[in-house]
Amino acid sequence: MVEPARLDSRRAWAAAAQVPDPEVPCVTVADLGILRDVRIEDGVAVADVTPTYSGCPAVLAIELAIETALLEAGFQARINRVMQPAWTTDWITQAGREKLRAYGIAPPEGSTSKLALFGETTVTCPRCGSRDTEKLSEFGSTACKAHYRCTTCAEPFDYFKCI
Amino acid sequence: MALFEALLDLADDHLVLGHRLSEWCGHAPMLEEDLAMPNMALDLIGTARSLYEYAAHVEGQGRSEDDLAYLRGERDYRNCLLVERPNRDFAQTMLRQLYFAAFMHPYWAAAANSPDETIQGIAGKAVKEMAYHIRHAGEWVVRLGDGTEESARRMADAIEDLHLYTGELFEPGNAIGLAALPDRAALRPTWQATIDSVFAQAMLTSPEIPYPQTGGRKGLHGEDLGHMLADMQSVHRAHPGAIW
Repeated sequence: MVEPARLDSRRAWAAAAQVPDPEVPCVTVADLGILRDVRIEDGVAVADVTPTYSGCPAVLAIELAIETALLEAGFQARINRVMQPAWTTDWITQAGREKLRAYGIAPPEGSTSKLALFGETTVTCPRCGSRDTEKLSEFGSTACKAHYRCTTCAEPFDYFKCI
Repeated sequence: MALFEALLDLADDHLVLGHRLSEWCGHAPMLEEDLAMPNMALDLIGTARSLYEYAAHVEGQGRSEDDLAYLRGERDYRNCLLVERPNRDFAQTMLRQLYFAAFMHPYWAAAANSPDETIQGIAGKAVKEMAYHIRHAGEWVVRLGDGTEESARRMADAIEDLHLYTGELFEPGNAIGLAALPDRAALRPTWQATIDSVFAQAMLTSPEIPYPQTGGRKGLHGEDLGHMLADMQSVHRAHPGAIW
């Protein structure tokens, strides 16, 4: 028999975890690793949320959506913004990476620990799988993405930057 | 209060440079840059928000991040002079960005080991963002410096205008004796190595500056900052207490 509090925090996690990212709606906040934890404290569901980028304009929208999802699931809710440790693309789950690829966004390549200050990473085209791609712009439609083009299938695509 | 003052030094640097970059929005020389500069501005303004929020908390007088950003005049702003320099042209803007990011990258890397946990958190995010600001601005400095006669002349003009403001980055400002924040002077060799490496590829040289310009940390600014703040603060001052 699972304690009721434990059961509740699992249910709260499930409610919060299904919230889609407002700018990349193919993945959830859990897939991206920005929902860190949900627990019950004195009857209130507390969700730890960490921003991707310092100035990400979606931060408030994400926090509000998670709070709303918890309220709709019948919880009193509170958002706890966590800055430390800082989010990294290494926290995007394997399922999240597959969803990004299927959506046409190349997931981050490699690990942040191997980042060089200068020089390019090789990015795989999410449509045809070719490694012959070129960067069009370091900055794409949102802060977390860069813009690339595949020289094999000629499709432009977004790349989720590795940070 | 020493920590409050030192946090304002940092926050003002980020807000002022972020606002300067945002002035390019809709005016950049190409679409990619019209995305890049506001993106970098968002990074800087996001870091400024975190710093103001923490400064307001440390001060404990009930002021908010908005009060600190929008209700202080130019004599109360502590930003270094480099970040308030006007955009002029694209070469000037990219060089200013490189000078600043080449300093803030090692600064935040050191601050990530601060005994202060809030500073650790802010630094952990900012250091990654500064890495690609260096990369982006550095690539442009190389492309323009080693480009056409016109672009090389503009980059040389930018160095002449901006280099004398870089010395202020290494002054302690209001952070004297604070263990929570890195020693600025110790970062000079790292900064110089980054600049030398970019300039070597760009066929540019660092000038000798016998008398660096300084004073921003004491609130002594150039004429341009007042104009910028008037523009940046006008909405908040016209509608006091307005929030999003």
